[in-house]
Amino acid sequence: MTTLLEVEDLRVEFLTDAGPARPAVNGVDLRLGAGETLALLGESGSGKSVTSRALMGLVDFPGVVRGSIRFDGTELVDAPDRTLRRVRGTGIGMVFQDSLDSLNPVYTVGAQLTEALQVRMGMTRADARSRSVELLEAVGIVDAEQRVDAYPHQFSGGMRQRVCIAMAVALRPRLLIADEPTTALDVTVQAGILRLLRGLTEDTGMAMVFVTHDLAVAKQVAERVMVMFDGRAVEEGSIGNVFAAPSHPYTRRLLSAHPGRARHWRDLTKGEARDDDGEETHRAG
Amino acid sequence: MSSVPAASELEVVPAADPRPTGGRLTVHRLLRSPSALLSASWLAFLVVVAVALPPFVETAANRQDLSLRLLPPFSLDEGFAFVLGADSLGRPELLQLVMGTRSSLLVAVTAVAAAAVVGMALGLVSGYFGGWVDEILMRIADVMHTIPSLLLALAVLYVLQPSVGNLVIVLAVTRVPVYLRTARAEALALRERVFVESSRAVGARDWRIIRTDLAPLVVPTIRTVAMLELASVLLAAAGLSFLGIGLQRPDVDWGMMVADGRAYLASAWWVTVLPGVAIVLTALAANLLSNWLRAAEDPAQAARFVRRPRGGRRAA
Repeated sequence: MTTLLEVEDLRVEFLTDAGPARPAVNGVDLRLGAGETLALLGESGSGKSVTSRALMGLVDFPGVVRGSIRFDGTELVDAPDRTLRRVRGTGIGMVFQDSLDSLNPVYTVGAQLTEALQVRMGMTRADARSRSVELLEAVGIVDAEQRVDAYPHQFSGGMRQRVCIAMAVALRPRLLIADEPTTALDVTVQAGILRLLRGLTEDTGMAMVFVTHDLAVAKQVAERVMVMFDGRAVEEGSIGNVFAAPSHPYTRRLLSAHPGRARHWRDLTKGEARDDDGEETHRAG
Repeated sequence: MSSVPAASELEVVPAADPRPTGGRLTVHRLLRSPSALLSASWLAFLVVVAVALPPFVETAANRQDLSLRLLPPFSLDEGFAFVLGADSLGRPELLQLVMGTRSSLLVAVTAVAAAAVVGMALGLVSGYFGGWVDEILMRIADVMHTIPSLLLALAVLYVLQPSVGNLVIVLAVTRVPVYLRTARAEALALRERVFVESSRAVGARDWRIIRTDLAPLVVPTIRTVAMLELASVLLAAAGLSFLGIGLQRPDVDWGMMVADGRAYLASAWWVTVLPGVAIVLTALAANLLSNWLRAAEDPAQAARFVRRPRGGRRAA
């Protein structure tokens, strides 16, 4: 399998006037083949969202990115704006967590889809429009022909997330970054979105980095999983292996974490996640 | 992509809705608000007067007839042109007012429009990019805020030729910071929204984001501010003309007419009061309409336009 994305020693720090804060991402290595799906799993603040943003070059000052991100041979860290713009959209697409705010409220969804198609793919207005309808159909919007002229507020949250996915895949990216795309949605809608993403990756051969804090969700979409804690990748492997036999203490604790057993989060300190009930590892298989 | 499943969410198809939307809703709300309707009618009337009449009355308006000087108003003996009396040089007050309407509106509207466009553009750039661009623009705005705009206008017009063009430029430049700050504040909030990040994620350039993502969301606010500003710019222009450094004869605007009549205030009140009333009414109308516009465009304030059933107290 050819390597599509290669991340080496990625570090992201946010500068403050009192000196640099603790790094949000602290030496992450990552390798992703074409068509592969990787789940980035971790608790809040573990650096998974910042990692996904860094892949798109969306970390702004005072955030500072170091290390190396190579997408299809192109170095993205400290790359000029022009390089980043070329990769964004057509190389790497992104779906955000907050689907309610991901669409501009003053334009119809069709206008937002066609704009990208016209500008980036050089399509004519008519072509872009019919392609937009196809895309909306592909993400499961009923009556796409009519709905293409509707405004974002006329869609439900789940439908808006479908529209966002349509926008992200409109430019046929080879890698899709989904940053907790289902966190704001309820469980039934979430299932539909996950099936949709799964289907899209299978049909188009698109690779995907799926950021989530939800073990069950990770298991539904990905073959491989990378567990993050405190800005580091603590464990990586096929999802079956990691869930069945977690080797890192943090992963073990994460898998065994469920309501009723919760200890205080302060028990989890950097590098010394204790392993006091590893044998009760949740069998997610 | 046939294996992709259809939406599992329930599809909500909105039924055909007879309630007005868009432009028709705006008209509907205008009819519901008596003060706004009156204000809009007054301003529309002035626009029609300013556009249609001047070519026909220009010569008559400036014809001086000393035998008719300070002719009292409300008599048709000298013809309809003199129904509002005559000024100190025997020019018909009504026709002078018509000519003054054109200059006053032209100066105020042009100055407001220029300031709004420039201020909004600079504000969006300032707020979106931040950094040193923002610093420089905001410091300039700060400095301009510390100088009284009337004083600056006085100084500039004293040095330059007082003309319509210079008057507009001075009034526009001094009002730019108002729009700059407003647009910047909105841009600062908008640039953090996910749809802006989402635009960047599909590879949009900064200029495209400013133009298509930010600008349409800032325009309604700017429009409301501009409406408010119309009143104050109108007053400022009248003030400058009153001081004699605004328009020059044979051009005439309301401020100049007020100044002309000052010497005869005790004997011929109408020469001063009539243009004064025109200024007050127009400024008031612009303020009321601005207030209505703000409410009419804000869905959260839609309740103001709902009529209370069964003769109860009605809002606004």
